[in-house]
Amino acid sequence: MNVFRALVRRELSTFFQGPTGFIIIAAVLFLIGLGFVVVLTGLNGHATPMPVTQVFYSTYFFWVILLLIAPVITMRSFAMEHASGTYESLMTAPVGDWQVVLSKFAGALVFYAILWMPLLACSVVVRFYVGESAVLGPGPMFTSALGILLVGCLYMSMGCFASALTRNQAVAAVSSFAMGAALFFTGFFSYFAGDRSDWLSQLARHVSLANHMESFSRGVIDLGAVIFFLSLTALFLYLTHKVVESRRWK
Amino acid sequence: MIEVQHLTKRYGQHVALDAVSFSVRHGEVVGFLGPNGAGKSTTMRILTTFMAATSGMARIGGDCVFENPMRVRKRLGYMPENNPLPPDLRVGDYLKFRAQLKRLANGESARRIAEVMEQCGVADVAGRFIGQLSRGYRQRVGMADALLAKPELIVLDEPTAGLDPNQVRSVRKLIRELAGSHTMLISSHILSEIEMTCDRIVILHKGRLLASGALDELMAKATPAVVAEVRAPLDDAKEWAAQLALGQAECAAQQDGYVRCRFVNASNTGARKKIFASANERGWPLRELTRQAPSLEDLFVNLTHGKEGGE
Repeated sequence: MNVFRALVRRELSTFFQGPTGFIIIAAVLFLIGLGFVVVLTGLNGHATPMPVTQVFYSTYFFWVILLLIAPVITMRSFAMEHASGTYESLMTAPVGDWQVVLSKFAGALVFYAILWMPLLACSVVVRFYVGESAVLGPGPMFTSALGILLVGCLYMSMGCFASALTRNQAVAAVSSFAMGAALFFTGFFSYFAGDRSDWLSQLARHVSLANHMESFSRGVIDLGAVIFFLSLTALFLYLTHKVVESRRWK
Repeated sequence: MIEVQHLTKRYGQHVALDAVSFSVRHGEVVGFLGPNGAGKSTTMRILTTFMAATSGMARIGGDCVFENPMRVRKRLGYMPENNPLPPDLRVGDYLKFRAQLKRLANGESARRIAEVMEQCGVADVAGRFIGQLSRGYRQRVGMADALLAKPELIVLDEPTAGLDPNQVRSVRKLIRELAGSHTMLISSHILSEIEMTCDRIVILHKGRLLASGALDELMAKATPAVVAEVRAPLDDAKEWAAQLALGQAECAAQQDGYVRCRFVNASNTGARKKIFASANERGWPLRELTRQAPSLEDLFVNLTHGKEGGE
């Protein structure tokens, strides 16, 4: 556990020892702020039956941030160590493959969680001016945060996998962006699917990230969505572990 | 301490390591010698559990490097080729991080870090970023990391590569200091390096084991070289040296019209007699005719000669 903690700390320090982490935080802060302003001016004082959290997702700012930032966070995790050679001294220290994979994943996830902290400030602002707890109740707030975290698990594990495959950070970023975008846009087919019940339409609905997030933003914990995110995260972590392990295949 | 049998590593068609076997006893300092691409780093990576061999067996302190990698890693201090270090950490923080990975107890770790920093001469740069250090300092940080957990076995891949002569000397000194108390495996393509620091050598060439044994034993096998300086045009001297058929000869023109010929593989007295007689015959003034004690270099040339050597 001590070793794991040291590895996660090292992972986080790669963001904060240099300007990288702060630049990412600044960029995300800007996009969140922009999204927030767009949402508020869009409402323009009118009443809306939707919870504010749900409105935020429907502006696409959330998805833009997620799709762009996830590859940037994870591209370095393995690729940088491969390129600089520190991977060799890491993997010959008495640490297990799983410890390395999980610590890289955890480090990325913690940084990702830090990135969304400004949303809390946004909610405080809304509460202050609206003064009604019903608009932004603790329920939807909690489930939205859970949703953000779960979708983050998926995208961070995907990014770690992409990074483990290469020694080039740019390649890692592009391939994890491609995977992330493909998954996201596949979800659009669910609009065309409508109410049809053939297996393809059902599949489209099931992989639609936007659908899953919508239920979280309404304050609903959809068990199907939770399982969807966690199982895909586990799959990508497993694949990453296989890649790490593969250097010792004969 | 180290036992390697028929170790083979293939990358697709390319054979990086071809049935290499050797063993290292406890407390020995063994030099891994060979030109670039001979398979030194590959062997070290397999021994340090970084990657697996295609076939063969390797044990460190009785533990198989394929089946018990964790146990092997715990008794190992390894400095990989080019000594990769994270540039964004301070020296002290890096060693602290490494100490945690190597499971040093918290109280012990601070003391041990101070010890190795002192030993490797990096205490005065403890607060500086690794990225800002000179190559010599970085190398010593790498060594400090290798020593950190008091490993039974220290593996250093080209510890003196890219250093200036002063830095080489200090690294060499450090290696000699450690030699008494540790089993060490050091690779180099510089012969004098190995000659100065190691008890035993293992010579690799194109993935094959050329020779292994105690330094003196191997040296005994090497025939001494003979050097002759004659006054003659360089081309004539080269032709003459070839005609003598005393093995491989290197001829170099001196500034004053003499040519210095070195017969690497020449046997003793007979060779000198022959050289003297034939130089006399041609009427070439001869100003030096010496027998040189064999160097490791000669040994290496001997061994690789005829095996499309020539690196």
